Amino acid sequence: MDLTTTYLGLKLRTPLVPAASPLSEEIDNLKRMEDAGASAVVLYSLFEEQLRQDRLELNHYMESGTFSFAEALTYFPEPEEYHLGPEDYLKHIANAKKSVKIPIIASLNGSSPGGWTQYAKLVQQAGADALELNIYYIPTNMNLPAGEVEQTYLDVLKAVKAEITIPVAVKLSPFFTNFANMAKRMNETGADGLVLFNRFYQPDIDLDTLEVKPNILLSTPMAMRVPLRWIAILYGRLKCSLAATSGIHRASDVLKMLMAGADVTMLCSTLIRHGVGQISVIERELVAWMEEHEYESVTQLKGSLSQKNCPAPSAFERAQYMRAISTYSVP
Amino acid sequence: MSTRPKLTVDANEGVANVAYRLNEVMAIYPITPSSPMAEFCDQWVSEGKKNLWGTIPSVVALQSEGGAVGSVHGALQTGSLATTFTASQGLLLMIPNMFKIAGELAPAVFHVTARAIATHALSIFGDHSDIMACRSTGWGMLGSASVQEAVDFALIAQAATLRSRIPFVHFFDGFRTSHEVQKIEMLTDADLRALIDDKLIAGLRARAMSPDRPVLRGTAQNPDAFFQGREACNTFYTACPQIVQDAMDQFAKVVGRAYKLFDYVGAPDAERVIVLMGSGCEAAHETVDYLVKKGEKVGVLKVRLYRPFDACKFVEALPVGVKSIAVLDRTKEPGATGEPLYQDAVTALAEALMNGFGKLKTMPKIVGGRYGLSSKEFTPAMVKAVFDNLKQKQPKNHFTVGITDDVSHTSLPVDPEFSTEPDNVIRAMFYGLGADGTVGANKNSIKIIGEGTDNYAQGYFVYDSKKSGSMTVSHLRFGPEPIRSTYLVSRANFVACHLPMFLEKFDMAKPLVPGGTFLLNTPYAKDEVWAKLPTPLQKSLIAKKAKFYVIDATKVARDSGMGGRINTIMQVCFFALSGVLPRDKAIESIKYSIKKTYGKKGEEVVAMNLKAVDNTLEHLHEVPVPKNANGSGGLLPPVTPNAPQFVKDVLGKLTAGEGDDLPVSAFPVDGTFPTATAQYEKRNLALDIPVWDEKICIQCLKCVAICPHATIRAKVYESAALKGAPAAFKSTAARVPEFKGMSFTLQIAAEDCTGCALCVDVCPVRNKTEAKLKAINMRPQAPLRAQERENWNFFITLPEFDRRKLKVTQLRQQQFMRPLFEFSGACSGCGETPYIKMLSQLFGDRAVIANATGCSSIYGGNLPTTPYCVDKGGRGPTWNNSLFEDAAEFGLGFRVSIDKQKEFAAELVKKLAPQLGDDLVNGIVNAGQTDEAGIYEQRERVAALKQKLAKLDSPEVKLLLPIADMLAKKSVWILGGDGWAYDIGYGGLDHVLASGRDVNVLVLDTEVYSNTGGQMSKSTPRGAVAKFAAGGKPMGKKDLGLIAMTYGNIYVASVAMGAKDEQTLRAFVEAESYPGPSLIIAYSHCIAHGIALDMGVGARQQKLAVESGQWLLYRYDPRRTEVGENPLQLDSQAAKTKVQDYLLSENRFKMLTKSKPEEAKKLFAQAQVDADRRWKFYQYLSGRDLKSGAAPAAPSKPSATADQQP
Repeated sequence: MDLTTTYLGLKLRTPLVPAASPLSEEIDNLKRMEDAGASAVVLYSLFEEQLRQDRLELNHYMESGTFSFAEALTYFPEPEEYHLGPEDYLKHIANAKKSVKIPIIASLNGSSPGGWTQYAKLVQQAGADALELNIYYIPTNMNLPAGEVEQTYLDVLKAVKAEITIPVAVKLSPFFTNFANMAKRMNETGADGLVLFNRFYQPDIDLDTLEVKPNILLSTPMAMRVPLRWIAILYGRLKCSLAATSGIHRASDVLKMLMAGADVTMLCSTLIRHGVGQISVIERELVAWMEEHEYESVTQLKGSLSQKNCPAPSAFERAQYMRAISTYSVP
Repeated sequence: MSTRPKLTVDANEGVANVAYRLNEVMAIYPITPSSPMAEFCDQWVSEGKKNLWGTIPSVVALQSEGGAVGSVHGALQTGSLATTFTASQGLLLMIPNMFKIAGELAPAVFHVTARAIATHALSIFGDHSDIMACRSTGWGMLGSASVQEAVDFALIAQAATLRSRIPFVHFFDGFRTSHEVQKIEMLTDADLRALIDDKLIAGLRARAMSPDRPVLRGTAQNPDAFFQGREACNTFYTACPQIVQDAMDQFAKVVGRAYKLFDYVGAPDAERVIVLMGSGCEAAHETVDYLVKKGEKVGVLKVRLYRPFDACKFVEALPVGVKSIAVLDRTKEPGATGEPLYQDAVTALAEALMNGFGKLKTMPKIVGGRYGLSSKEFTPAMVKAVFDNLKQKQPKNHFTVGITDDVSHTSLPVDPEFSTEPDNVIRAMFYGLGADGTVGANKNSIKIIGEGTDNYAQGYFVYDSKKSGSMTVSHLRFGPEPIRSTYLVSRANFVACHLPMFLEKFDMAKPLVPGGTFLLNTPYAKDEVWAKLPTPLQKSLIAKKAKFYVIDATKVARDSGMGGRINTIMQVCFFALSGVLPRDKAIESIKYSIKKTYGKKGEEVVAMNLKAVDNTLEHLHEVPVPKNANGSGGLLPPVTPNAPQFVKDVLGKLTAGEGDDLPVSAFPVDGTFPTATAQYEKRNLALDIPVWDEKICIQCLKCVAICPHATIRAKVYESAALKGAPAAFKSTAARVPEFKGMSFTLQIAAEDCTGCALCVDVCPVRNKTEAKLKAINMRPQAPLRAQERENWNFFITLPEFDRRKLKVTQLRQQQFMRPLFEFSGACSGCGETPYIKMLSQLFGDRAVIANATGCSSIYGGNLPTTPYCVDKGGRGPTWNNSLFEDAAEFGLGFRVSIDKQKEFAAELVKKLAPQLGDDLVNGIVNAGQTDEAGIYEQRERVAALKQKLAKLDSPEVKLLLPIADMLAKKSVWILGGDGWAYDIGYGGLDHVLASGRDVNVLVLDTEVYSNTGGQMSKSTPRGAVAKFAAGGKPMGKKDLGLIAMTYGNIYVASVAMGAKDEQTLRAFVEAESYPGPSLIIAYSHCIAHGIALDMGVGARQQKLAVESGQWLLYRYDPRRTEVGENPLQLDSQAAKTKVQDYLLSENRFKMLTKSKPEEAKKLFAQAQVDADRRWKFYQYLSGRDLKSGAAPAAPSKPSATADQQP
């Protein structure tokens, strides 16, 4: 069975790639992922904002309350050096490269124009095979037109592409007025791949404390419907690779995504829930299904039910159930 | 030109730098003001810095100074170069070993920041009473007078000890020298090497104990041997002074600075000479230079080598024509014929004339005087006063200078106008708020000027004794000549007020010289600010023709992302206005320094500081000083108008910063002060205060319980009491069923609140329509101040609810008890004080408190005012602080003494039964006193007894009357922090707990030495970064409670009020009622944890600690075994979160992930194992069924659900 696929120009053994998650913080986990059959791995994200926040916070607490009281002029020893930059992350990339043979895709969330490019360069220098830009931005300013928001995404991508030579994927949210147009412009700006979609932390209300508490829920298979739709729509219309993420838990989900047109399927919640070994389970089931249904390769599957290739293309555009549509078309 | 690095450092850093390079083993323990030396050394070890011989020294922290010196002794005996750093009580604890070390001729240098010893009061400030207390130990004593000398003598002392084999105390004045920042020349490794002979170190190794060539030391000797053996060392002492002089001479050759054992400065033909040692030498030197230029025949003899005292060299150093000598001692020896240095000088002179050494032909007049105790100012005017005294025909002997002694009339008159300060010295004063970074910025300015120009620079910083809202005053001098002014700036060219609130309290322009510059941080625009100034300040500015500048630094800071830190902005203003450096060069230097200082903390921190620099000058404005004053009124009185006379006359003066003007007669003779005085000092610290929403409040009183400063109070009362209430006074119907029909008020003491917002954080209620609001919300204080003052004054007149009718184990009832601990100087948001307040509510009217030294003794007992207070009947906690190490023993003494008096009183009562009547006698002798009602009744009986006794007359009556009150219950409480309980006081605590006596111990466990600035204790958890554990504490926390439980008969509780307040309350009630020893270990969040203390998160942190299993809640009550129950009740539930979730929420842990990420990972994982193991173990212990004797079910996993607790 030929499971190989190409993603961001990388030739991969299978379409099964662990998505960015805390699982990739441990080198041992990366080894386990490789052993379980992961064909590449996206590392957890380097958050520029987090680094920035950490630096300000550390400075605040080191200075807070100092030189106020004669007996306690300070409260903490002052270390000779701090690891406040991305060094740990870069070291992790290098260690990952040393420890596993599969491609390592770094993930970056920048917060300043300089930050995106600076960190992207460092990530490349550290040996990453590709970079996933984890761009998310929730505009709440009522005076900010959508066009400007979209341009910000494109500017980031453009700046990063100008600085590095490794392939760049962009992980996006579906919240654009015309996502297809956005995807097209991303493609034109040089994205080597699109990762659909990012699942943010979403706010929740705690009824006991009456507080708003952002949290993340592990995905359910339901979550795969949105990327499924858009991958199917985009398949064959863009040059860049397409990665499916969100709600992919079983081999059947992988199959659906591949049929819609994904080059790779990214796994996260299922690995957190069932362990890294789940990758091999999915692969086994995938092979079994393909064998049972006499498919030869992933290539054969890919896009076979995309909007372009499916029997009812309008199904991917439908937003409401309309009884009439299947029996009658307006002349 | 010397190539040695010029540094601007304080003596602690300078001395540590030399000591570190010259030693292999350092055994350390924190004590102010020496702690920074030990901290530097520990930090350098963690950074891998090497000593002179290329190896990293070993630093070990001990449980006390007694322990530290023992380890140093051991290191010396096994052939290492070893040292320690200490002061005051710490040095006293070292004395026994110091005798031993000297007796064994083991070379070592201890670096001591000379500090007052606690007598009638504790003082952290500098004098020589500690040094003098160990002058009989046989140690050499070398005293430095300045920061440069301290660095130099650290080396000279080390050279001398190796050559002479006599151990040395190298001392310099606490704070005045230890904390004074000066531009100095640092010694190089080559300098050190030139004076330290490795052959002598080989000798040390050869004499060391080794099983390869065994010897025996520490023998016990009998009358036949001891005396001769003691005399055998004499030749070493005889040789020592010359050895020191040789080392000084060699130092002069290598480094260029020449010292003598006794350095004389002044007119060669001086007739009047002052002899002294320590930092006072510098002020005296400056004065002598000034007076000699004016033609006066005066001089000063600086004593460098105090022990062994070379009488011959001393006499030889005096000018031949000297007619009168004043010997100044910075210590007091009551009852002696004179203070020690004076006695030495008299003896030396007498021996010189008797035996014919030296050049003096006749005995000069010689007098002794005391000065500068506890860092009391010693100024040129005082030096002049001493010289003036020597002019007298009969100079006053045994005098004091610097105070007004209107009791024994020892003091010399001082001319306050006399000044020696030259015009070419720029003098600046900065009034800053503790938290605003003023001191740090000024230290930085000194560095910029000291290291960037040829100018000399000096900085000295005066801090507040309060820990919240404290004022710092920075005193800076810059000039072309070395600065010897070892006293505060009193004539400033530049004065800056960094917090407008200070204007209401102090006359800021008082120290300003005519034509000087006054800079004010103010929110008011330049054209409206003048009218907002207090009239006295306006008058001063007009009279002095001052230049007046303003800036809204707070706004500039905010706009630059600096929050409340206005330091950089005010620093830029100083440089712009003072003209110390050309403006452009100054700005450039500040920017360079910002990059250097903050570079390692990341670009954001650098960027916001640079932005602040750039934003400053355009906001700095000159305000023309008008001709007339039309200000906003006078200064606020330091204490309220209703304060008692003593509070007004004495404590008020101290509060106003005018304590130096108080005469001796103003003070109690034995250190006894009234309590209940904090109520008169309205500090108005809070920008925002809590405001109560009576409509939604559920009256749970959690806010009242958690308030660290007792500024939130609740009362239930009959509605009729509301008559005459101010219009804005809030009242609502009481909700607790027992108080049905009564009124309820929650009142805030707006002027005493520190604005920590803990109350808001613990409030469980949310507004139904606007969930961000609670039943108590922070609102700006200023507009509410007058109204709430009136409300508070009315509130305190409302009757207190009858304590006997309150259910003391229900927080919502118990919190109606009036706190007898209020408005302390603890940090805003303090985690310790809510426990003390609860104690004071429950038992304050019968509490006798023994308080270990530490935070709780400082906010509990630091003048000027006192938070312990009294109830309507005048009863309240009586409080004392003995030492750091002996609080348990001190408290046990209370118990034994009180019990004895009670027993004796009962015996006398029984003897007097025929006169007193059997009913009263039986009632008194058999009183239960187990609850409020019982105690109340006994007090009534004792009152009746006293009335009867007053009418009787017999020897028994006379004996009984003074102790009759002991028949009513007295509750002994022993308070201290974890530094005391886990470390220095542990031996005593253990013994006292084992005594079986009815004492109650409250350990305020912040898991670190908070008061001395965050050093590790044995309570510090694994993975926490603390001083002395710069790389994260590798060992786990000691389980003090478990150790205590092993005795079986000790009540033990582990509590965290922020996590479960009623469990805390129950523990207090049970502990006090338990008729044996009780130990409460109370988790206390702390500023030293690196949490947003001022944001009110403390209680949340306590909760997190408990929910993660890092802190366990339990109560072990031996009484339960009597009824067959398991004594241990586990009050915690199984962990809901991971320990790491808690650890990462506090800087003390989180910073390890930034400094040593690998280590953090390892230690945090171990911390989880610790918590899991502890949980399982406690669950096992508490789960055993003692009735049936059955083993418990297998312990469940820590992740088990909450309902699995026993």
